[in-house]
Amino acid sequence: MTFSSELETKFEKLLKSYPAGRERSAVIPMLLFAQDEIGSVTPELVAEVARRTGVTPLQVEEVVSYYSMLRTTPAGKHHIQICTNISCMLSGGAELYEHARKKLGIGNKEVTPDGQFSLEEVECMGACSWAPALQVNYEFHHAMTMEKLDRLIDSLRKLQ
Amino acid sequence: MPYNEPSPLEVKVVTRRFELPNSASIDTYLATEGYQALRKALEMKPEEIINEVKASNLRGRGGAGFPTGMKWSFVPRESPKPKYIVVNADEGEPGTCKDRLLMEFDPHQIIEGVLIAGLAVGAHAGYIYIRGEYRYLIDILDRAIAEAYNKGYLGKNIQGSGFDFDFYTHTGAGSYECGEESALLESLEGKRGVPRIRPPFPAVAGAFQSPTVLNNVETFAAVPAILRDGGAAFAALGTPRNGGTRLFCLSGHVNKPGVYELPMGFNLLRMIHEVGGGVRNGKKLKAVIPGGSSCPVLKAEECDLAMDYDSVAKAKSMLGSGGVVVMDEDTCIVKAAMRIMKFYAHESCGWCIPCREGTTWLKKLLVRFHEGQGTRSDIPLIGELAKNMLGRTFCPLGDAAAMPTISFVEKFPEEFEAHLDGKPCPFETAGRLVTA
Repeated sequence: MTFSSELETKFEKLLKSYPAGRERSAVIPMLLFAQDEIGSVTPELVAEVARRTGVTPLQVEEVVSYYSMLRTTPAGKHHIQICTNISCMLSGGAELYEHARKKLGIGNKEVTPDGQFSLEEVECMGACSWAPALQVNYEFHHAMTMEKLDRLIDSLRKLQ
Repeated sequence: MPYNEPSPLEVKVVTRRFELPNSASIDTYLATEGYQALRKALEMKPEEIINEVKASNLRGRGGAGFPTGMKWSFVPRESPKPKYIVVNADEGEPGTCKDRLLMEFDPHQIIEGVLIAGLAVGAHAGYIYIRGEYRYLIDILDRAIAEAYNKGYLGKNIQGSGFDFDFYTHTGAGSYECGEESALLESLEGKRGVPRIRPPFPAVAGAFQSPTVLNNVETFAAVPAILRDGGAAFAALGTPRNGGTRLFCLSGHVNKPGVYELPMGFNLLRMIHEVGGGVRNGKKLKAVIPGGSSCPVLKAEECDLAMDYDSVAKAKSMLGSGGVVVMDEDTCIVKAAMRIMKFYAHESCGWCIPCREGTTWLKKLLVRFHEGQGTRSDIPLIGELAKNMLGRTFCPLGDAAAMPTISFVEKFPEEFEAHLDGKPCPFETAGRLVTA
């Protein structure tokens, strides 16, 4: 498999970050960074990461099935993750999530038919004091309201 | 600039640079006493550094509150294997959002703390394990690390001292369990985040089975100030055996939620009313989770309390990770218990049966209860199940799920009873929590 030169540089640096013979340490970062570029963890990516780190494809797969951010099917172009854990819940996070579900017409971990949006109800993401919070891809949005969420989704739609 | 207005009651030690322009840059850091503690440490013997940290009464800011100097002293002096420093930046305890700020606004303070730890135990490499959702912080840390290499604060022969140290970022990929030290070390080795049996502890066999110092971000961030101004000065900011300041993350039903740096032992009611501006909408206080979701809940009448490790332990809860979750009189305790258990059931790694099965069973019970389908015998069953998880697992996640649950059911039995016999939740008029 070939990746962008930027990602190749990142991989090169990663493989040199761990003690000799410990290249397996690079498996999780490589999978996550590659997923960001190609959209999901494909069987080809599993084989490629296994080859580059000197482990078996099964050792890569057991990691893929463990970590919640690694996914085997692509998310939407804008992946909206809404926290409903305790601090966000106390500030309306669950209602915010419900609102997003209705607005986008999709359920948890589903993608809109046009591939533009996906939605996920997530656990605490470290924004408790600025709740309720969500992330679009990796970007935080704090102190959300339903109106702010509507505006956010509408502005992302216009980006198409 | 941080995300909330500072409070005049704050005592700024680890957050002292947060409001400076370009606070994350090495130039700002160097202009504000940055890396001076390292210069001091380079002139000291390892045991002198450790003694200074011991004198500061600094205790682990991740949650367990173990004395940091003592932890460092457990690393064997002579080791045929290389030693490592690992920073736990897998901030995930619900209610906690402080390490994020330390990384965003003052990454060099963390790097300097790591270097001092390296000198103290004789390590020459370190990793910062950052949760995957904090991608922008990985970029900030990578930039800071590159700056430090460029200016000779990382790499070979640091500032001409002959001391070498390499430091790397490492990303997680979504797992609360990886905030637990031994699971983090497994994850750092590219494996599933399941805990290791201890002993051996990380000080003896940690990263790559080598002696390792593993501390929370905030713990390392406190180290430069300790070396610079002396352990005694840091200790004096807090209460006996609870040195310094700490970051408290106020969330939930307060008027001014935010992350505030306050001295150890700061009174919890004052924190809610004077720092947090009181309970939102003029409501009455019902309960507080004092240190992240793993900590037993405190009833309003138990909140006249000094927030340090020993005082909160005496009140049969924990200071934990500094996540202070405030709940007003309209909060449904059953719903809070249910949501928290849903989290632990989701995050249990499945390695130990009491945790894997216990959290799932308790989640089902609490969901059923909140929907008004619970039975009277379920109330003692919730407590009994939770108690059967205590101390029966490799790592503390099982306990972390059980302890708050026991406290909810024992301290608020009337709220559980109010949900019996198909009655709708008395605290909700609209919209139930999604339990997808």
